[in-house]
Amino acid sequence: MRIGIITFPGSNGDWDCYYALREIPGFEPVMIWHKERDLHGVSALILPGGFAHGDYLRAGAIARFSPIMHEVTRFASEGRPVIGICNGFQILTEAHLLPGALIRNKSLLFRCSLVHVRVKSNRSPWLSSLREGEVLRLAIAHGQGNYFADQETLNYLLENDMVALQYCGPNGEVTPEFNHNGSVMSIAGITNEAGNVLGLMPHPERSADQLLGSADGRRIFMSLAVALKEVFV
Amino acid sequence: MNAAELREVALTEEEYRTAVKLLGREPNRLELGIIGAMWSEHCGYKNSRPLLRYFPTEGEKVVQGPGENAGAVAINDNLAVVFKVESHNHPSAIEPYQGAATGVGGIVRDIFTMGARPIALLNSLRFGPLSEPENRRLLAGVVKGIGDYGNSIGIPTVGGEVWFHPSYNGNPLVNAMCVGVADINKIVRAQAGSPGNLLLLVGADTGRDGIHGATFASVDDPHASHKGVIQVGNPFMEKLLMEACLELLDSPYVVGMQDLGAAGLTSSSVECAGRAGSGVEIDVSKVSRRESGMTPYEVMLSESQERMLIVVRPEGLEEVKQVFEKWDLHSDVVGIVTSDGMLRVRDGDEIVGELPIRLLTEDVPKYVREATPSPEVINKASIDVDSKFSGQVDFDPESDLIRLLSSPNIASKRWIWEQYDHTIGTSTVKGPGSADAAVMRVRPHGQGVAITMDCNPRYCYLDPYCGGMAAVIEAARNLACVGAVPIGMTNCLNFGNPEKPEIYWQLRECILGMSDACRHLQIPVVSGNVSLYNESNDKAIYPTPVVGLVGLIESASGSVSAGAKSGDAIYLLHTSQQVTLGASEWLAVVANEESGHPPVCDLDKEISLHRLLVESIQDGVISAAHDVSDGGLLVALAEMAIIGGVGIDASNWKPQIKPLYLFGEGHGRALVSVPANKEEELTDLCGQYGVQFERIGVVGGDALIIGDVIKLPVAELIDVYDQAIPDMLGRDSKGH
Repeated sequence: MRIGIITFPGSNGDWDCYYALREIPGFEPVMIWHKERDLHGVSALILPGGFAHGDYLRAGAIARFSPIMHEVTRFASEGRPVIGICNGFQILTEAHLLPGALIRNKSLLFRCSLVHVRVKSNRSPWLSSLREGEVLRLAIAHGQGNYFADQETLNYLLENDMVALQYCGPNGEVTPEFNHNGSVMSIAGITNEAGNVLGLMPHPERSADQLLGSADGRRIFMSLAVALKEVFV
Repeated sequence: MNAAELREVALTEEEYRTAVKLLGREPNRLELGIIGAMWSEHCGYKNSRPLLRYFPTEGEKVVQGPGENAGAVAINDNLAVVFKVESHNHPSAIEPYQGAATGVGGIVRDIFTMGARPIALLNSLRFGPLSEPENRRLLAGVVKGIGDYGNSIGIPTVGGEVWFHPSYNGNPLVNAMCVGVADINKIVRAQAGSPGNLLLLVGADTGRDGIHGATFASVDDPHASHKGVIQVGNPFMEKLLMEACLELLDSPYVVGMQDLGAAGLTSSSVECAGRAGSGVEIDVSKVSRRESGMTPYEVMLSESQERMLIVVRPEGLEEVKQVFEKWDLHSDVVGIVTSDGMLRVRDGDEIVGELPIRLLTEDVPKYVREATPSPEVINKASIDVDSKFSGQVDFDPESDLIRLLSSPNIASKRWIWEQYDHTIGTSTVKGPGSADAAVMRVRPHGQGVAITMDCNPRYCYLDPYCGGMAAVIEAARNLACVGAVPIGMTNCLNFGNPEKPEIYWQLRECILGMSDACRHLQIPVVSGNVSLYNESNDKAIYPTPVVGLVGLIESASGSVSAGAKSGDAIYLLHTSQQVTLGASEWLAVVANEESGHPPVCDLDKEISLHRLLVESIQDGVISAAHDVSDGGLLVALAEMAIIGGVGIDASNWKPQIKPLYLFGEGHGRALVSVPANKEEELTDLCGQYGVQFERIGVVGGDALIIGDVIKLPVAELIDVYDQAIPDMLGRDSKGH
């Protein structure tokens, strides 16, 4: 199965995704340059982390105008799996494929750490093999990961079970102490209404190898592998 | 030329007369500016070059020694690590954010210019005490500058050191180190090749920023000199340049690459031509500019960031330009390689300057200066502090331990390194705060490259020879504590004004001490940087010869951390070397005194310990190791408990309850965590290597217990250790 990884100028997590996907049985990662208009027949798409276009103007604000984004939008509207990691999440909100926005961390500082997140909804194909309430240990590294949405949008997210991941403590406790960036409701990841598009600030690709501190991120890619076999083939 | 004009280009009258004699005429203004820049300490190493010869630079695995943009050492038949450290002290003193950011940008360019993909950044920082608001501003700005630049280009910042002392008031040190990995057959040299090759200038447009940066770095008192020369960094442009240059490694048309750093287009073109023994002609009218009305002088000496000079065979020009266009980068042909050994500067049809390359490279004046130790230092170092504090009656080890753990020199630097992305690249096996050195996994074989930066300036101040040696030894011991063998060194020599005999003495002695240690440990020095004139109000910084050491582990997965492991026993390994309170952190923090002689090192004993550590880590005999350095034995023990997040019970251990024993510093000591079924194997190995051992206690519980004098919950130790620096920075800097 071919999994596309989109490289924008300034992307820097693209090759990390490549190496993580290569370890998933049956996956063949394909690098796609942002100026292309062809998705090379991939079964799922990754918008990786980084600083697309230097994050100038606003994180993700310029990247949404890249030629490839037209194809990404079409792919997503067909219900096919798309994941935006960190900067990829920011791009998906700027492109209105996901609601809300990501603003500067409450501390105003960049933060790189290994944290716990709790699976609130496993509706997405990226999370389908995980149990709701399960706690994962994932890397974060961002300065603008503070998820913000107005009350109306939050109600919409909750009514449609779109809050996918929340920051939490080691035992799954969702409390302000473990809210690393000030996100509303400690949100670490959300999906679109259909569930096929997932955006998250943590980096599953950096947490897919026990030698680097955690292999929990690998389970997100494994979920996709299972989902693609069951549903999309 | 009058005195003011010469001062502007940092030349002495004598140097000016030398230049006139060599040139056979008076230089014009442009030529004078070029000579000043190339003859500055920063570009020409005129004070340090005769001393740098002491460093051993050769070794079986050395692929590239000093003289290029960075050094390179082979790690297997196909790959080399490429590394260098560079200072950005003066710019950071004026504008900490941009100064530090562009320091990172500069060192990263040095690495990818060699054809290596950067895999890790480290930095060594020095500031005045955090009690001063100005120093808090500098620290916060420098850390943000390093973070924003490194995070953005996607290179993990994985280690380094931070140290505070009043001698850095007004003159902080920002030394950045970058390590890359290159295919040995594709390493690119910065040279011009044959006449007719074209010089392609790529990246940012040229502006008025940074003019005189090189000369500015070579005079004392940053605040009194040239404000407004600070460059501004654009990490996004750097990322594009890096990807484009690395894509060009397969092009047969690229002859050489050189980044534009200090003295911009001048030094980059002169250095390329100098190495090839050719000449070069630059047409400043072809250089794309950020501002109108720039003179040839400004174009030649601008230090605008994120620019590269690519030497291209003419027949491949279009192909090379296409790669840059893919990355949305602008490029201009600004010159051509000639055969006449001259630097010729044109502005369109007009020749505006003409100088022999040789005058700017080999003919740079070299000074061997008078070296005399300062009597004040000799006096301080001769105080017998061990006798002075031997009979202290009110000694309270528990409170002294807490004071040391909250001393910013020892306390956790978490607040700093959490602002650096240290996990990008998915290769950081041991990141900041977890082990004695950073360990990076190198694809495809999974070898480990271990990296550390070290220097104890207090040792260097009280005995520069001893301190220089200690910097190398401690770095090597740190590598041994993760299981790595050193393969190559880089360094950044930060000193005051070398025209003062006591400073030149420090410089010479530090270099001699470092060189002797390197020879003994068979470590080649493959690159380095010199930063002199680090003074403020006529007061010099402590001598700070920062060592950047790179080592190799056959498998990164075999490296160990510094955290104690539950169920293990803790052993102290030592080599019966001198332990002293002289120049120690305890003496400075608790007794408020900086005196005595730093510990002397026995290099042969030291090597035995390192070999023992490496072998026992390779064989899985020990599960963690931590060297005993700043703060002595008790601090090292507490750090093992803090990093491991677990208690250490040494209630049966009966050490001498004296400052010398518990907090004294010395070489050749390490604490190790040993699984119960491996203790015999460890003690056997100690016998083989002639290393002494002492079983101190067992790992477990939630407190650090030592005899009947110390009983502290690990949670309290962690709190003290982690919160010290955020507390000093004030409530609003705590984050989270």
